[in-house]
Amino acid sequence: MDLNMNVNAPHSMGTTIIGVTYNGGVVLGADSRTSTGMYVANRASDKITQLTDNVYVCRSGSAADSQIVSDYVRYFLHQHTIQVGQPATVKVAANLIRLLSYSNKNMLQTGLIVGGWDKYEGGKIYGIPLGGTLIEQPFAIGGSGSSYLYGFLDQAWKEGMTKDEAERLVVKAVSLAIARDGASGGVVRTVIINSEGVTRNFYPGDKLQLWHDELEPQNSLLDILNAPPSPEPMNI
Amino acid sequence: MSKSVVEVPPKGGFSFDLCKRNEMLANKGVNPPSFRKTGTTIVGLIFQDGVILGADTRATEGPIVCDKNCEKIHYMAPNIYCCGAGTAADTEAVTDMVSSQLQLHRYHTGRESRVVTALTLLKRHLFNYQGYVSAALVLGGVDVTGPHLHTIYPHGSTDTLPFATMGSGSLAAMAVFESKYKEGLTRNEGIELVTEAICSGIFNDLGSGSNVDVCVITKGGKEYLRNHLQPNPRTYTSSKGYSFPKKTEVLLTKIIPLKEKVEIIEGGDAMEE
Repeated sequence: MDLNMNVNAPHSMGTTIIGVTYNGGVVLGADSRTSTGMYVANRASDKITQLTDNVYVCRSGSAADSQIVSDYVRYFLHQHTIQVGQPATVKVAANLIRLLSYSNKNMLQTGLIVGGWDKYEGGKIYGIPLGGTLIEQPFAIGGSGSSYLYGFLDQAWKEGMTKDEAERLVVKAVSLAIARDGASGGVVRTVIINSEGVTRNFYPGDKLQLWHDELEPQNSLLDILNAPPSPEPMNI
Repeated sequence: MSKSVVEVPPKGGFSFDLCKRNEMLANKGVNPPSFRKTGTTIVGLIFQDGVILGADTRATEGPIVCDKNCEKIHYMAPNIYCCGAGTAADTEAVTDMVSSQLQLHRYHTGRESRVVTALTLLKRHLFNYQGYVSAALVLGGVDVTGPHLHTIYPHGSTDTLPFATMGSGSLAAMAVFESKYKEGLTRNEGIELVTEAICSGIFNDLGSGSNVDVCVITKGGKEYLRNHLQPNPRTYTSSKGYSFPKKTEVLLTKIIPLKEKVEIIEGGDAMEE
């Protein structure tokens, strides 16, 4: 009587993650589904984690492995920033991730996309897939949902986009992948990083464009969101 | 790509060789004795003033219920509690260990423990054992930064959520939460929702049963409502009571008062260095 199958199954992030450079910075995007086998363990997870003020990483693969790797790299980068006396560059952050991923390639199962802005190189995206390769790219995709995006991005990504064009592209791409990949879903989160700072955006599932064969929501539980407002949660 | 096996001396750290051997044996049909698990439904939610945790009380050993009223809500700190699902020994041991570490940390820092501290200590430990410490936890508490609720999986990944369920009954309980949860619940609404979710697990999941435990944690303090609801009383109790025939014949009874054997010195000098 195997009652604990869902409790013990490794917690993996089905995922679609994407990072795109534009004229002046980068836009990172991800879905929000974390699955344990066939059950959605967290439908609103945040897969874009902060490493420093100006560098973020998109996580995919095993949730535990990617969380631990980003925790270690955040710690190393903090020390590095103190030692060097100025904000860490995106290249350093990506290299630290790569060092951990490559040396532990037998134990880890995580694909990461590092994106950020620094004053030397501007906006940069580095992809670090499963084996621990480090590859600098104008745009990078990862996760199980990325299979559906290779052709789309080859056609749609253009050099020198504006910030809004880039963000629209990211949201469209993640939304297309969510439509076709069972292991991706939930909301679309984006993070825009440029010289001015960091902006986080959030696109709930029902606000996304409908693709082929998708229907309008009817009698959706999301109507609760339009219900009369409930009292403010706790403030300290 | 050629694969050559090079003999290297073992490095430090935990050796997983026996784990692999156990898996190999299990595949051949040789199973280890079944150990006590908490099949379980555990839940947590954030309400207006803090956090409410809930759990059922059944512990199983394979198909047998070995404890009908066990405690699954473990103490971590005066302001932090943790519900545990999975192998009972693992959840007990890991929560006890981290609870002690938190107390030492409180002595060192002189401050109230924070939930993220407990979270990091637990996740590091579980990750280091790569999922072999089978403990799935719902950690909740209120500290200076506010109310927090986290789930921790055996492999070491964590999630931060406004409401969470774990254990074999998690799907049944999550269904209740998804339909009825809203932000800014009052204390009574929160307790009622938690109780309903646990009952859903108790009645629809075979691994969960017996009673409902609830723990309410707020800025002001905590309230541990042990057996808040008992929806599974014994159905048939004999009005005559139970008596078992005495099989062993008593031949001789001898009682020796202890004072005859031991010299107890009354008074005497106080202990001096």
